[in-house]
Amino acid sequence: MTTRRIFRFLDSRTGGAGAIGKALRYVFPDHWTFLFGEIAMYSFLILVATGTYLALFFEPSTAHVIYHGSYAPLHGQEMTRAYASAVNLSFDVRAGLLIRQVHHWTADVFLAAITIHLMRIFFTGAFRKPRDINYYVGLTMLVLAVLEGYAGYSLLDDLLSGMGLAIGNGVALSIPVVGGQLGTLLWGGRFPGTQDFFSRLFFVHVFLFPVLIGTLMAVHLALVARPHHTQFRGRGRREGNVVGTPMWPAYALRSLGLFFAVAAVLFLLGGLVQINPIWQWGPYEPYLGTNGAQPDWYLGWLIGALRLMPHFDVVIGNYTLIPNPFWGGVLFPGAVFGFLYLWPWIERRWTGDRRVHNLLDRPRDNPIRTAIGAAVFTLVATVFFAGAADRAFIQFGVSYEGQLWGYRAATIFLPALVFFLTRRICVRLRASGEHPGRGSDSVVVGRTTAGGFEQLDPERAGARSED
Amino acid sequence: MRGRIAAGFLWIWRYAVAAIVLRLGRRRSVRREIELPSDPGAESWVAALLFGAALAGLAFVAIYAFDDADTQLLGLSIAVALALVAAALILAASLVVPQETLEEHRPPFADPEAAESGDPVEDAALTLREGSDGVTRRRLLGAAGAAAGVGLGAAALVPLASLGPAVGDRYEESPWKDGVRLVEENGMAVKVDDLEVGSFVTAFAEGADKEGLATSLAVVRVRTQELELPPDRADWAPEGILAFSKICTHAQCAISLFRYPLFAERSPGPALVCPCHYSTFNVLDGGQRIFGPAVRPLPQLPLRIEGGTLVAAGPLSGEVGASWGRVREEG
Repeated sequence: MTTRRIFRFLDSRTGGAGAIGKALRYVFPDHWTFLFGEIAMYSFLILVATGTYLALFFEPSTAHVIYHGSYAPLHGQEMTRAYASAVNLSFDVRAGLLIRQVHHWTADVFLAAITIHLMRIFFTGAFRKPRDINYYVGLTMLVLAVLEGYAGYSLLDDLLSGMGLAIGNGVALSIPVVGGQLGTLLWGGRFPGTQDFFSRLFFVHVFLFPVLIGTLMAVHLALVARPHHTQFRGRGRREGNVVGTPMWPAYALRSLGLFFAVAAVLFLLGGLVQINPIWQWGPYEPYLGTNGAQPDWYLGWLIGALRLMPHFDVVIGNYTLIPNPFWGGVLFPGAVFGFLYLWPWIERRWTGDRRVHNLLDRPRDNPIRTAIGAAVFTLVATVFFAGAADRAFIQFGVSYEGQLWGYRAATIFLPALVFFLTRRICVRLRASGEHPGRGSDSVVVGRTTAGGFEQLDPERAGARSED
Repeated sequence: MRGRIAAGFLWIWRYAVAAIVLRLGRRRSVRREIELPSDPGAESWVAALLFGAALAGLAFVAIYAFDDADTQLLGLSIAVALALVAAALILAASLVVPQETLEEHRPPFADPEAAESGDPVEDAALTLREGSDGVTRRRLLGAAGAAAGVGLGAAALVPLASLGPAVGDRYEESPWKDGVRLVEENGMAVKVDDLEVGSFVTAFAEGADKEGLATSLAVVRVRTQELELPPDRADWAPEGILAFSKICTHAQCAISLFRYPLFAERSPGPALVCPCHYSTFNVLDGGQRIFGPAVRPLPQLPLRIEGGTLVAAGPLSGEVGASWGRVREEG
């Protein structure tokens, strides 16, 4: 009765009851790989909530203070208010450290969920018409999320964030022709920059990028719902329909359950597993550095690229057209994202397939796409691991220079090897009809007309499981 | 006879209607499979989990208020509360509410043939075109509009230049010139006697801002006979003491590692190493790169000794920090 009155109230003012009714019947096809996008979305909500709390205490100021808080080892040390307020909210604000660590863990999970979601979209061909626009929206959110994470951990002005900003400024300076101007423009002068730079970084991190990501997320969801979800092939599933669980009640409850489960894991991590203990790194000064420094995981591929690159600039006369950090810091990520942005177009041109696709491919259904995607992933992963070569040196004593040469060779040979292996595996799997994850060592038996049993040959059994 | 034929037609008619209904049914009607819940015990479980979540939430409040807000306990209690809600919702979704599989038809917007009335693309294009019916000088107006766009766009972008100063002929003034004293972080002069062979200290220009990129130096001492400095720098390293900019020429991290071999025959020579991307600079030959992505050598500062302390004997040998367009020009 009350429900009806609320709906009546809303409908007589907005005319929205029809839309709500339709939304409650919206069908979600069930597949576990569809959950990564939801995890990313829920992570974003948790980031906004925890970030809002942190912003109540954090002070993005480069004014210098002497620390007198409750963390004794830093007593009497000179530092910026930004760093001091981050240490204070960790030690002197109740639940402050919990929220800060949850925020940091969530950022890492957010980026991981987006990345896996992107791989699902790529390897199943979900980026094809009519969803190519939405694929670009998603990629743009990934770019923004990486920059947002970088801006976030750079704000704290601890030693690691300062080292990260030094590299960021070096990469900005390395952009041909405009780099010098761009670097001073963004930083308000020569590195380490002025108070203006910190105010800008703070504004970008707490307002500009979150608003952009939030807006794009709304567009992303609208563009998912308009043509409805994709689905894998199966009985009764066609291009023109979508079969699954309707939003209300079961799917809404399940998805809300996923939200709480994601939040539970993140709060467990934030409460029990330390992340970015800034009081151990100490405040940053441009003349300070530490060995074995690592960025958050989603920037690991960039530090790897900067380290792997052989030492050469492009110099014309006295003019340094392309300084070295450009290769690893701009060109490499530019090429990877360029590939991702261009892929739907490349595939369309190459296959001539301009039809609408609502049914998903399994990775094996398109061996070339899967092999190319796997090769690019291998390249990025190899560069990512190269970024951790210093940890392998410090922890295990493996020669750094030797590792670097190994990784340089691997970035050339591994992607090619993975390309041929993946293509071969895909072609074989497609031909055999077997599923690599299911029942490979069992046999299928059938009842004969005489009442006995006989073993069916695997080809037919495979064909059956396809139904 | 006629009756039988009529009956036959009737059946054909019935079959035809049934076939049309089925055919339409396949296109229009929505297939639905629904299974009502049949496990009353599950409802009690869901309720129990939700009550448990309430308790865990209250535990969080209590820990916040009384137990000095221990981070681990706070995290554990709120995580348990959230996990119990998650369990309750997921259990409810599969055991308490109706289980339904629904088939929905996709809107045919991407397929002009399936559109129900007319072609919406044509309609929209027509509406747009009709907006300029009766306008005679379209090209003139279009050009004027584009010009306005360019002018306003330029006016909107130009204020961005206020963000920072323009790069002048030199990227930054360096505080180093002949006679500037080297001091340690506490402001005391760097004493020659404090520097042992193989040691590494950070030094600054006396009176200069320590945060300025060109201010900080890596000062190291090696044996005089090890030095391989180029002839024009022969007197830059009195008593084997060398000073270099502390900022890496690759991506301007602080060079905080000094490798000095304990046993020269078996180990690589003394070098300064940047911890960010492991650019390695040979100190013996004046800061030439021997490993890593840096391209330019580390700028070296000529030194002389005055009264047992270190003093600059001239400016740095090159531009400090990461490379950019004019970094190689002589100042």
